Amino acid sequence: MNPEELKFTPTHEWVHVNEADGGWVATVGLTQHAVAALTDLVFLELPKVGQQVQAAKPMGVVESIKAVSDIYSPVDGEVVEVNQAVVDQLNLLSQDPYGEGWLVKIKLSENKLPDGLLDYEGYQKQCAAESY
Amino acid sequence: MHERYGSKTIFELHKPGCQSVRWPACDVPCNEIAELIPEEYLRHEVPSLPEVAEPDLVRHLSILAARNMCVDSHFYPLGSCTMKYNPKRHERWAQLVEFTHLHPYQPEESIQGLLALLYSLQQMLSEIAGLDAVSLHPAAGAQGELTALLMAAAYFRSRGEARRHVLVPDVAHGTNPASAKMAGFEVVQIRSSPAGIADPEILAEHLGPSTAVLMITNPNTLGLFEKEIVRLCQMVHQAGGLVYLDGANMNAICGIAQPGKFGIDMMHFNTHKTFSTPHGSGGPGAGPVAVTAKLAPFLPVPVVVYEDGRYRLDYDRPLSIGRVRSFLGNVGVLIRAYCYLRTVGAAGLKQVAELAVLNANYLLHKVGKLLPVPYGQRCMHEFVASAAKVKAERSISAMDIAKRLLDYGFHAPTVYFPLVVREALMIEPTETENKETLDAFSAAIEAILREPAELLHEAPHHMPVSRPDEVRAAREPILVWRE
Repeated sequence: MNPEELKFTPTHEWVHVNEADGGWVATVGLTQHAVAALTDLVFLELPKVGQQVQAAKPMGVVESIKAVSDIYSPVDGEVVEVNQAVVDQLNLLSQDPYGEGWLVKIKLSENKLPDGLLDYEGYQKQCAAESY
Repeated sequence: MHERYGSKTIFELHKPGCQSVRWPACDVPCNEIAELIPEEYLRHEVPSLPEVAEPDLVRHLSILAARNMCVDSHFYPLGSCTMKYNPKRHERWAQLVEFTHLHPYQPEESIQGLLALLYSLQQMLSEIAGLDAVSLHPAAGAQGELTALLMAAAYFRSRGEARRHVLVPDVAHGTNPASAKMAGFEVVQIRSSPAGIADPEILAEHLGPSTAVLMITNPNTLGLFEKEIVRLCQMVHQAGGLVYLDGANMNAICGIAQPGKFGIDMMHFNTHKTFSTPHGSGGPGAGPVAVTAKLAPFLPVPVVVYEDGRYRLDYDRPLSIGRVRSFLGNVGVLIRAYCYLRTVGAAGLKQVAELAVLNANYLLHKVGKLLPVPYGQRCMHEFVASAAKVKAERSISAMDIAKRLLDYGFHAPTVYFPLVVREALMIEPTETENKETLDAFSAAIEAILREPAELLHEAPHHMPVSRPDEVRAAREPILVWRE
């Protein structure tokens, strides 16, 4: 996926919405910036299919040799698909965070994205502000 | 030979039939094990314990011990851990047979001396905290957190209040949210202000009828005093919540500021950080908790009380959360903390804090010229420098600097914590280091930053072990020895 066409959370998740069966389904992952900042990943815990998630609430955990971080859901909805391949092979997340390293697909409870998501440019600005 | 003892595990030194101890003959009637322990708890596989002769065992352990970097041999500025030098007199006293030969089942009447010591320690900690009551039982700081949060939960239950949320700043120790979760609360993270401290306006966004506890560390993990602490506490109290102080950084304020006076309802002490008891690596520890009078009925049992000229263990506390540790907690550790407090005294304790802050600021002044310190021109007991600039310019990371410091004969600072500082090096010199040591440490960082990046990427070069494969160790941990 082209990151310039994605939406971003301030907590470093990306989201991309497709229409399916009349509803909106969001594909969610972690940004390249977040993955690089975490360095070597050692553990990933994702929600289960069928689980309800809420925007800006933790839905999973990613652990690296440096830190443990929550993964926040960018949207309200129900998890419909989980990328088991990335759980089994964390390198996918480091190598291709916007492609094969996607994490979950969430069926949105309403066909709209919540307020407060950033576009690519806005997210880049936030990342620049975070670096010293 | 040396290599044989030092590079092998104790299991590889195993020789059937060798032993390092001779057990005395059994002087009580023998029973079959199956008569004493129910069948389902009996193991049938013999544990594969190593059999090693005493000289082999002693050489193996001595060689490993000599490789260890410890505060008795090295400057150890491991931020957030307060690796001060522990005076040996406290070890000597704690090893007196009058203490070590006590049995936990002895009647109270025969351990009046020990109970007097524990009672006095409760009183001293209560005074340092500026809080009313103390439990010495929790076996570590994190268990102190859990104990206090269980007390908070019991307190809210007793009032018929369903409060779910524990607020934790983004610079908190990882144990805080973990303890809150274990005590059954939901964790809400609150971000720090651009100045690196908790901000009343940000706190206000999160306060409400569901607020149970604000957990705060003061000074915080950036080494900054939470200047708004009085207001923060008032706000939480107005919302009906309690304020918990993580006492990890008490070394900076002991004898100067009493947490109870700035509005704290409950706190723990880390005796290993502040009162010179051994840093355990999982060994016995102590994390006493202190609380206000309204929380005192919920303290774990037993509490040492003094009545009619004798000391007694009080179990008759109907609102108590119960036991959190067997017997009286880790008494040997508590004895050392008591000895430390009696050795330095009230005035000395204040001086400890002043010197810890002075040493940290001296080092901040020197290291700050070499590596940027994003938060603060002044610090309390520690500061957090950032290698982000040298990482970007020369690809030298905080880890590279930390590893290379080992070659220079210094233990590394804490790295990559707190997360709000990129490429963090968290440095805490403590009060027990002299100016020459601090100068030498800063000179080592200066020298390292002049070295080629390639050399640093491979550091350490003079240690028995260079860079362990941390990623593989975490992804595929080997937890049990197998031939």
